[in-house]
Amino acid sequence: MISVTSLDVRYGDAQVLFGVDLSVAEGETLAVIGANGAGKSTLLKAIAGALRPARGRIVLDGRDVTGLPAHRRYPLGIALVPEGRRLFPSLTVEENLRLGSYRGRPGPWRLDRVYELFPHLVALRRRSAALLSGGEAQAVAIGRALLGNPRLLLLDEVSLGLAPIVVRQLYAALPTVIGAGTTVLIVEQDVGLALAAADRVQCLLEGRVALEAPSAEVTREAVTRAYFGV
Amino acid sequence: MTWVNAVLQGILLGGLYALFATGLSLMFGVMRIVNLAHGDLSVLAAFLAFALIDAFALSSFVTLIVVVPAMAVLGYLVQRLLLERGLRAGPLAPLVVTFGLSVVLQNALLEAFSPDSRALPAGALGTASLQLTESLSVGWFAVLCLGLAVAVLAGLQLFLARTAFGRAMRATSDDRETVQLLGIDQRQVYAVATAIAFATLALAGVLFGMRTTFDPSIGPARLIFAFEAVIIGGLGSLWGTLAGGVVLGVAQTVGAQISPAYAVLAGHLVFLAVLVLRPQGILAPAGSRP
Repeated sequence: MISVTSLDVRYGDAQVLFGVDLSVAEGETLAVIGANGAGKSTLLKAIAGALRPARGRIVLDGRDVTGLPAHRRYPLGIALVPEGRRLFPSLTVEENLRLGSYRGRPGPWRLDRVYELFPHLVALRRRSAALLSGGEAQAVAIGRALLGNPRLLLLDEVSLGLAPIVVRQLYAALPTVIGAGTTVLIVEQDVGLALAAADRVQCLLEGRVALEAPSAEVTREAVTRAYFGV
Repeated sequence: MTWVNAVLQGILLGGLYALFATGLSLMFGVMRIVNLAHGDLSVLAAFLAFALIDAFALSSFVTLIVVVPAMAVLGYLVQRLLLERGLRAGPLAPLVVTFGLSVVLQNALLEAFSPDSRALPAGALGTASLQLTESLSVGWFAVLCLGLAVAVLAGLQLFLARTAFGRAMRATSDDRETVQLLGIDQRQVYAVATAIAFATLALAGVLFGMRTTFDPSIGPARLIFAFEAVIIGGLGSLWGTLAGGVVLGVAQTVGAQISPAYAVLAGHLVFLAVLVLRPQGILAPAGSRP
């Protein structure tokens, strides 16, 4: 459904990704793991269109989207939940959510279904997004992306800076999202979480793919080797 | 009674200042662009109305039907073709671009219309007044200006709060990178914001022209009033802009009551006092910074 071929991304002189290949099938969940600075977030940003690759192709449903800017990829069904949530602080929770459907696709995700998925947001709907806890903000950011009814949902470091219990609550919502037919690509530092949530795992090491395997078959040793490059 | 009258006239004058300052406030609020050509653009709008009246013998109000949309289109194009390029070069570049636009406009208007002072006919409305008490009366035209200012500001506030595009505009003001990840083309949002700003300054420019005379070089002097209204009211707050315009208007008419020479000076002094005592503006939310 999405395929990335020999992707190079640079920031000025510094090259971050070197010929990365990745593909996710319809309805599948892939986790990309790796150490800090391995290029995981960069990979997601390139797929979402926030960064232009220096080389390589990104194809969504047979359509080459490499040259499209981010704002034209969203209506095609690529939604990124960015690292650090990036909510709009001068808007309320509900206004943030509504913005997700503004340029989105039609589909099963509507405001009431997002509130069903994250019931604790109902009481906060009129609160300024600047006044939320990290977990609440992350739920709004995920809900906002879901309201665009994406075909491919990109989740960047959902667990970052959150208490384990909050992370478990957020990950508990994932099966519902996948059940609605959404293909999910997760970037996660917590390897245990990533392996539990995904069908397949891919490990990046210094901008290159170091390991790719189904989650069920991967061994702890293999992950350690790919993660640290030893 | 003369003092009450001065305050009353000041409030009405403030409506026009607020209407004029709305566009400056909006462009700064959404794009962080300080439009130094704001005053000259309002003079351009007045000269457009003047040319239309000259050619077709229209009423000043009828010219608004042409001038306001024409200026909105100009705003859209100026943002897409000039300021957008400037924004890519850093925050200072758009300031320089608008300064250049100001110089170009002043010289082009001078070339086209000569340095003579002009005025737009206000018709019977210009002199009609409403007798409130024996010694107190207000001009219908000034009342109309204040009414239009309140209507425009309320309309804009509703647009920003209730419509999907309005929400997108506020979100773009918060974080122009993230809106693109939600399918919003920030260049389009910026261009529409500029179009709205130009439409409101065109309306104010024509009304200014009906109230007092104008010439090609008066733009920068007008710009100061818009600045003062925005800063007194508080940056980024539309109702603050109305309050700022009214405070400025009252300061000027009360100053003029003391001595006609003090009108503009009194406005500047109140502006400086606000900058020293309450730099976030009189209507800015508590705790916010300028």
